[in-house]
Amino acid sequence: MSDTHAQSVAFVRESFIPEQAPPARETGAIRWVRHNLFPTIPNAILTLLALYVIYVLLSGLLPWLLGGVWNAGSLSECREITGAGAGGCFAVLTERWNQLIFGFAFPQTEYWRPLLAFVLLFVAGAPALLPDLPRRLLILTALYPFVAYWLLWGGTILTPVSAFLGVLAGYFAFKATDRWSFALSLGAAVVAAVAVWWVGGWVASQERDFLAIQRIQSRDMGGYMLNMILGTVCISLSLPFGILLALGRQSRLPLIKYVCVAFIEFVRGVPLITLLFVANVVLAYFLPPDTNFDLILRVIIMITMFASAYIAEVIRGGLAALPRGQYEAADSLGLDYAQAMRLIILPQALKISIPGIVNVAVGLFKDTTLVSIISMFDVVGMIRGPILASTDWNGVYWELYGFAALLFFVTCYGISQYSQWLERKLATEHR
Amino acid sequence: MASISDHDTPKRRGFHPGMLLSDTRYRGLTFQFIALIAIICIASWLGWNLMRNFAAAGLNFSYGFLDNPANYDINQTLIDYTSRSSHLRAAIVGVINTLLVAIAGCILATLIGVSAGVMRLSKNWIVARLMSVYVEAFRNVPVLIWILIIGTVVTLSGGAPRDFLTRGGSVEPDRGLFLGSFAFTNRGLYAPAVEVGPGWPIVLGALVAGIVGFFLWRSHVKRTLFNSGKLLPVWPSWVILIAPVVIAELALGSISFIRPDVAANNFNIQGGTLIGKPFIALWLALSVYTGAFIAENVRAGILSVSTGQTEAAAALGLRPRRIMNLVVLPQALRVIVPPLISQYLNLTKNSSLAIAVGYADITATLGGITLNQTGRAIECVLLLMLFYLVISLTISGVMNIYNASVALKER
Repeated sequence: MSDTHAQSVAFVRESFIPEQAPPARETGAIRWVRHNLFPTIPNAILTLLALYVIYVLLSGLLPWLLGGVWNAGSLSECREITGAGAGGCFAVLTERWNQLIFGFAFPQTEYWRPLLAFVLLFVAGAPALLPDLPRRLLILTALYPFVAYWLLWGGTILTPVSAFLGVLAGYFAFKATDRWSFALSLGAAVVAAVAVWWVGGWVASQERDFLAIQRIQSRDMGGYMLNMILGTVCISLSLPFGILLALGRQSRLPLIKYVCVAFIEFVRGVPLITLLFVANVVLAYFLPPDTNFDLILRVIIMITMFASAYIAEVIRGGLAALPRGQYEAADSLGLDYAQAMRLIILPQALKISIPGIVNVAVGLFKDTTLVSIISMFDVVGMIRGPILASTDWNGVYWELYGFAALLFFVTCYGISQYSQWLERKLATEHR
Repeated sequence: MASISDHDTPKRRGFHPGMLLSDTRYRGLTFQFIALIAIICIASWLGWNLMRNFAAAGLNFSYGFLDNPANYDINQTLIDYTSRSSHLRAAIVGVINTLLVAIAGCILATLIGVSAGVMRLSKNWIVARLMSVYVEAFRNVPVLIWILIIGTVVTLSGGAPRDFLTRGGSVEPDRGLFLGSFAFTNRGLYAPAVEVGPGWPIVLGALVAGIVGFFLWRSHVKRTLFNSGKLLPVWPSWVILIAPVVIAELALGSISFIRPDVAANNFNIQGGTLIGKPFIALWLALSVYTGAFIAENVRAGILSVSTGQTEAAAALGLRPRRIMNLVVLPQALRVIVPPLISQYLNLTKNSSLAIAVGYADITATLGGITLNQTGRAIECVLLLMLFYLVISLTISGVMNIYNASVALKER
């Protein structure tokens, strides 16, 4: 090797130079800082600015958090304890904790019920939300609405039991007649369910005290519990309505299509607050004169309408994203419309729509705070109304708003992280 | 089993009622007929209830109340309004205020959102993290809470106007005016007022001409480049934009700015425009909140352009600036603009929360005080919804036109 080169090249190195350590500024932490924080002069300026912003934020927040007072009877007591310090007056949270979470009229002895319902929400939600659990556990999810209703509103256990039996009867009627036609079995299910509900309603009205727990009026519910109730109920109700609206919008029947289009575009075109005004002051005019709908129910109806229009648009996107071949394959198998939708189209379309649905759900959950504007006492309503208006705590803004923001942040960030996890999980299954 | 010949010569069978359910040609009609009946039944049930309720309460459906005096004051109006003006005028004030905060909010939200979105993609670790914190904090907390927080910050900040006063030039004020023209006090922000004198149409015309000329020059540069390969300079477009309006203004002097006067008397700042705190609070809150969402859209848009595009452009010898302008941005904008416009729509709808900081938008005037004073719930809410509906449909119409114009031309 060296011989050949010896003729043509003056010098050939015969051995490798021993490896040298890279320059100090290109290794370890220094390299990282140089490349990530100070690569160019504008970037260095940005970094310094960012550091300054962080310093300002932390220098304001840390003394406030660390020097906070957690036990005091009023703002003036807090001020006495902190003196000239910058500590926050978190005593308002300890003193008004129950009001912030449950509202001010919820009976103290019954706090265990919403708490139990909240814990059960995770038990019931798990089979639907975690794809790894056995499908059989879904029965827990199906049972949950009835249990939660009984725990929250109370009264005799016969009401939720008969409601559940009605649904069960409807399900079996559907299964029994499923062979003939979808429309027929749907009709049978409705008839069976209504019959059981009617009988059950009569029995429940006769036996008001059978296994009864204290009945709680809707207007006594408040605080973060109200946000949770509104959010959970409206999101779960708006899913089926949203699916129906999305299918209606894709329908070949012009009347059904245009009714759905008009509904969706109308609801998406107005702010939620106007719909809440409708629930508050207008809806009563359109109901029979002697009916006494309570406000929570009216609000649930309007928020559900609102959410189902948005969910319908998300699902329409999912339906449109399915390849045409899926629709044609369903047709060529000889499935009718209901079977094709139920067995082929919707399972795939819904899977595509999961991120969008979660977005709508998070947005809707945040929007439940708007009920405070029509003077319902959710967590924001409690803060703006009874707590800030009381002489003890007038002026404790940051602690209260910060707490409310933290509650929503934890919930919503949790939901969106879950959704990303689910997306990744479902995506790898296709590889 | 039907043979082929059966299909070739179908037997003309008469229509029988069973076909309404079993034959796909007629089944659609049956379902629509049932749906129509159901809709009519529900509508007439609601209407009948409405009539009974109206009769019981002695009410009727009429917009006559719009002419009656409103009897309430509005703290910030762009048009003349007194408490003796009609409810209709109060509603118009509300409409203008809504549009004002919506437009100002969209502009600021775009600025914030685009910078945050770009910075979140930056290689600068700390800036990217800081922007992630901003985006997540604002996206996961209700807009109402942000409006209340920022509203409280704005309400509690700002000194008394007398801190700025010089008392006829005799004393040194506690605070100076920002840039000599802005004073943020506990009453609001004092800013220079714009006053137009004679000849303002000429200045306006010069401005319009400058804008038109700006775009004409740029399209001329592009055409020359594409036709002859010769690259003309771009900077004259800025001269064309600015020069006419500056020359017209210098020649005519018809537009003048009146600064807030701190020397006029010993009690308050005189002159200038006072921008109310509710407006500032709502404007900032909506912009910062919506900016977080826009940042996500911008980030997604930029990420949607594959690196192959940038590399291909670089391989063709384009410079980084031109890669951004000619290759990345046009493709990213196609992804960014539709959700951006729907964020504008969301901002406009969220501006209906103005009532939380006491800003007199349409929801606060027509849907709030007017509704409570007159008790005309249905009329007011209907009008309110109509207003938002018109805005939404207009914006989504514009969006559809844009989408159609940038849609990929597919085979």
